[in-house]
Amino acid sequence: MNKNKTHKSKLIDIVDLNTYFFTSDGIVKAVNGMNLHVSEGEILGLVGESGSGKTITGYSILGLIDYPGRIVSGEILFKNQNLINLDNNRLRHLRGNRISMIFQDPMMTLNPVLRIDTQMIDTVIAHQKLNYSTARKMALDILEKLGVDSPDHRLKSYPHELSGGMRQRVAIGISLINKPDLIIADEPTTALDVTIQSQIIYETQKLCKEIGTAIIWITHDLAVVAGLADRVCVMYAGRDVEQGNVNAVIDNPKHPYTKGLISSIPANNKRKKPLFQIDGIPPSLKDTDDSCSFFNRCNKSKIKCKTEAINNYFGNDRSYRCFYPYK
Amino acid sequence: MSSLNPYKKLWSEFCENKIAFLALCILLVLIVLSLLSPIISPQDPYNLSEINILEGRLPPGTLSESGYIYVLGTDDQGRDMLSAILYGLRISLAVGVASGLFAFILGLTVGLFAAYNRGIIDILIMRFVDMQLSFPAILIALILLTTLGRGTDKVIIALIASQWVYYARVARGTALTELNKEYIESALCLNLSKFRIIIFQLLPNCLPPLIVVMTIEIGHAIALEATLSFLGVGLPITKPSLGLLISNGYEYMLYGKYWISMFPGIALLILILTINVVGDHLRDILNPRLKQ
Amino acid sequence: MLVFTINRIIQSIIVIFLTSIVIFAGIFAIGNPVDLLMDSRATFEEMEQIKANLGLDKPFWEQYYIFLKSAVKGDFGHSYIYNVPAMQLIFQRLPATLELAFISLILSIFIGIPVGVVAGIYSKNIFSKCVMFISVLGFSLPSFWVGLMLIMVFSVNFGWLPSFGRGETISLFGIEWSIFTLDGLKHIIMPALNLSLFGIAFVIRLSRAGIIEIIHQDYIKFAYAKGLKNSRVMFVYILKNIMIPIVTVLGMEFGLILAFAVVTETVFAWPGIGKLLIDSINLLDRPVVVSYIMMTVFIFLIINLIVDLIYTVLDPRVRIKTND
Repeated sequence: MNKNKTHKSKLIDIVDLNTYFFTSDGIVKAVNGMNLHVSEGEILGLVGESGSGKTITGYSILGLIDYPGRIVSGEILFKNQNLINLDNNRLRHLRGNRISMIFQDPMMTLNPVLRIDTQMIDTVIAHQKLNYSTARKMALDILEKLGVDSPDHRLKSYPHELSGGMRQRVAIGISLINKPDLIIADEPTTALDVTIQSQIIYETQKLCKEIGTAIIWITHDLAVVAGLADRVCVMYAGRDVEQGNVNAVIDNPKHPYTKGLISSIPANNKRKKPLFQIDGIPPSLKDTDDSCSFFNRCNKSKIKCKTEAINNYFGNDRSYRCFYPYK
Repeated sequence: MSSLNPYKKLWSEFCENKIAFLALCILLVLIVLSLLSPIISPQDPYNLSEINILEGRLPPGTLSESGYIYVLGTDDQGRDMLSAILYGLRISLAVGVASGLFAFILGLTVGLFAAYNRGIIDILIMRFVDMQLSFPAILIALILLTTLGRGTDKVIIALIASQWVYYARVARGTALTELNKEYIESALCLNLSKFRIIIFQLLPNCLPPLIVVMTIEIGHAIALEATLSFLGVGLPITKPSLGLLISNGYEYMLYGKYWISMFPGIALLILILTINVVGDHLRDILNPRLKQ
Repeated sequence: MLVFTINRIIQSIIVIFLTSIVIFAGIFAIGNPVDLLMDSRATFEEMEQIKANLGLDKPFWEQYYIFLKSAVKGDFGHSYIYNVPAMQLIFQRLPATLELAFISLILSIFIGIPVGVVAGIYSKNIFSKCVMFISVLGFSLPSFWVGLMLIMVFSVNFGWLPSFGRGETISLFGIEWSIFTLDGLKHIIMPALNLSLFGIAFVIRLSRAGIIEIIHQDYIKFAYAKGLKNSRVMFVYILKNIMIPIVTVLGMEFGLILAFAVVTETVFAWPGIGKLLIDSINLLDRPVVVSYIMMTVFIFLIINLIVDLIYTVLDPRVRIKTND
C-alpha cells in the first residue's frame, strides 16, 4: 500500500480549536489549541490518554457540545466551510450524512425502547427523500456488509436483544448508511472483547475504503493505530503534540511524549525487563496555558519549556510541539 | 477533611440552601411556640371560664372585654383564634410526631427483620408491604377508623398503621444493600453476636434515608390527621387539632367570617410546607451521596 | 403475555378475598348500629328482633359465610339507613366520582406533563426553579384547605362559581354526565382543580426529573449526531422513554385521586361515593362501608393490572421476562 500519497485536498482542517467548560469549579480547557487535518479517504489515528480531549474534539466537530461547554475560538473547515457558528439547520444536514460519529459505549448508543430498523431508517429518511422499504433495504445491505448474521431478524429486534459487538456494528452501520465523507470513531472497540475488536476494525476499514470515507479513529491504543491508520495525531492535555505519517512518527518520534507512548507498548518491551512508564500524571485541564503541558513529566525539559508559549514546528508533512525534539 | 463528623458535614451542606435553612428556622419557631402554648397564649381557649360566648365571631383586631386584642378574631364559641391555633398547633404536632416515631420504629424493625432473614419471610413480608403500599394512606386510615371507632389513641393507631410501610420498605432496601457490604462480613467473621451487629453496625448506616422518610412522613401524618379531623372522623372535639378548627369554621366562611377557617389553615399550611421543604432538601443532599 | 395476565388476575382475586376477610372482621367488631336506629325506649325484645332481621345475632363465621355467598352475587347487604342494596347505592353514586376523577386526571396530564417537560429541558432557568417550588406547595397544601380557599375566593368573594353540588346532568348511555352542560362544567371545575392539585405537582416533578435524566443519555446525543430533526428526537426518542415512568405514576395517581375524592366531595358536597363513605362511617352504615371498600379495592386492582399491561407494551425490555 503506497502510504506516500500525493498532496490531497484537506477534507477537514481544524485550526487552533479551543473548547472550554465553564463549571462552578473553574474553567476546564478540554481542548486547548488543537490542530488536526484529514484528507479525503484518509485514516487518521487520534491517540491520547483519557482526558486528553479526544472525544471533545470529536463532539466539537459535530457541534454537540452541551452546556456548560462552548467552543470559544478556532476554525473547523470542512470542505472549506467553517463549521463553528454554522447555523444549526445546516449543521444538522451534515450530521449523520456527510460527517458521522460512532460513540464509545455500544450499550448506551441505541435507544432501548425503539427497534433497530426504526433507528437505522430514521438516519436515512432524515437526509434523503426515500421511502420506507428502500431505506430498509439499505439498512439490510449495510448490516450484511458489516458481518451481521440474520440481519433481517436483527432489524426487527430491540437493542437489549443484541450483544455489544452487534450493537456496535449497528452503530457503525448507522454512521455509514448515508455514505458520509468523514466518520469520527470514538474508541469504538475499547468496550468489546479482543477477538471482536479485530473483526470490527477490519470490517469498518473495508467498508470505508469501499465508500471512500475518511476516518478519524480515536483511541488510546497506539498498536491499533499502527496497523490501521495512514496518519497519526498524538494528543496531550487538550492539544496536538505530534502529527504526521504513521510510519514516520512511530519509527522516528520527535516529541518526548510520543516516544514515551511508544516505549510503553508492552510488545515493545524486552522480556523480563520492567515495563516502561512515563513518570507523573497528566495535568489538570484547569491550569493549562500556552506553554508546554508535558513539561513536568519530560526528562528533557528546560526552563524555556515552562515559560515560553509553544507552537507547532512544521516539516515534511509532520508537525510537533517541542523546543527540544528528538532527531 | 475526612475526620469531619459526617453529621456536621451534612449540616453545613444543608445550610447552603438558604430557602431550606429558612424553612428549618420557621419550623423550629413553630415547634417552640407550640410547646410554650399554655404560657404564651393570651387565653386558654378550652377553659370555659375564660371564654365569652357573647364575644363570638368577632373579626380580627377587635378589643375584648378583658382588655387584650383578639389578634386573629374569635370563633363561634368566643375563643380567641390565636390561642386556639397555638393549642391546635401543639396537638397537630404531637399527634404527627408520635405516630411518625412509632411508625418509624415499627417499620424499621420489620424492614430489618425481613432483610436479615431473607428467604420466604422476606418475600411474605414484602408482598404484604407492597400490597398495602398500593393503597393510599388515607383510605387505609379511613378503613381502620371505621373499625376502631373514635378517639385520639385510635387515630394515632390508624396513622401508624397507614405509614409504617413506607419506613419498612426503605429500611429493608437499605439494610439489604448494607448487608452486602464488607464491614458486615468482617463483623460476622469476628463472631460478634448477631444482635450487636444489627444494632451497632447495620442500624447506624441505615438511618440517613430513614430520617428523610421520617421528615416527609411526619408532614404527611400531620396533613392526614388534619384531613381526618376535618372530615369528622379524626380527633375528638376535646383535642382540637388545626384540622378540627378549620372544619368548625367551614360553615362560617360562606357568610364572610373567613378568619375562623383561614388562619388555622395558614398555620397548618406553614407547618406542613416547612417540613416538606426541609425534608425535600434533605433528600436532595442525601441522594447523590447514596449513589456514591 | 396471556400467562402473565392470568397470573395477575389470580393474584388480584386472592387480594380481594383477603381484603374482604380483613374488612369484614374489622367492621364486625364495631359498635352496635341497632342503638342508632332504635328509639332508646325500645324494649329488649324489639332490639333483638331488629338484630335478628339484620342477621346481627349470628356468630362471626356464619355472618361471613352469608356475606360471601351474597358477595359473589354482588349483593353486599342493604344499607341500614336507606334500606336499599348497599352496592346499588355505590353504583348510583359511582359515575359522579369517576367523572370527577377523570377530569382531574386529565388536568394533571395536560398541565403537568408539558410544564414538567419544559422545566426539565430548561432546567437551569429561573422558570424551572419556580416550578419546583410551586410543586412543593402542591404537596404541602392540605387539599381540603385549598378547596375551602377556592370556595371562598370564587364563590363567596367573586360569585363566579357555585360552591356545592353537581349541577345539571345529561343522560348518555344510561349514565348521568355533567360535563356536557355549561352548568355542570361550572360545578365541576373547582372540585376537579382541587383534586388534581397534588397530581399536577407530582407529574411536573416526575416529568422534569425524567427529562433531565434522559436528555443526557448517550442515545439521545447519538440521535442528534445522526442529524435527526429536533422534533423527531423530542417526540419519538425522548417521549417514548419518558412515558414509562409517567404511566406507572399515573396509575398510582388515579388511585390517590379516588382516595382524595373523599375529601373533595365532602368540601364541595359532590354527590359521589366519597361523600357517601364519610356519611356512612359517621352513621355506622356498615354494608355501605363494606361495599365502598370492595368497590375501591376492585378499581385499584384493575388500575394496577392495566398499568402493568401498558408497561409491558411500552418497555420492550420487560417483555422478555414475561415470556418465560
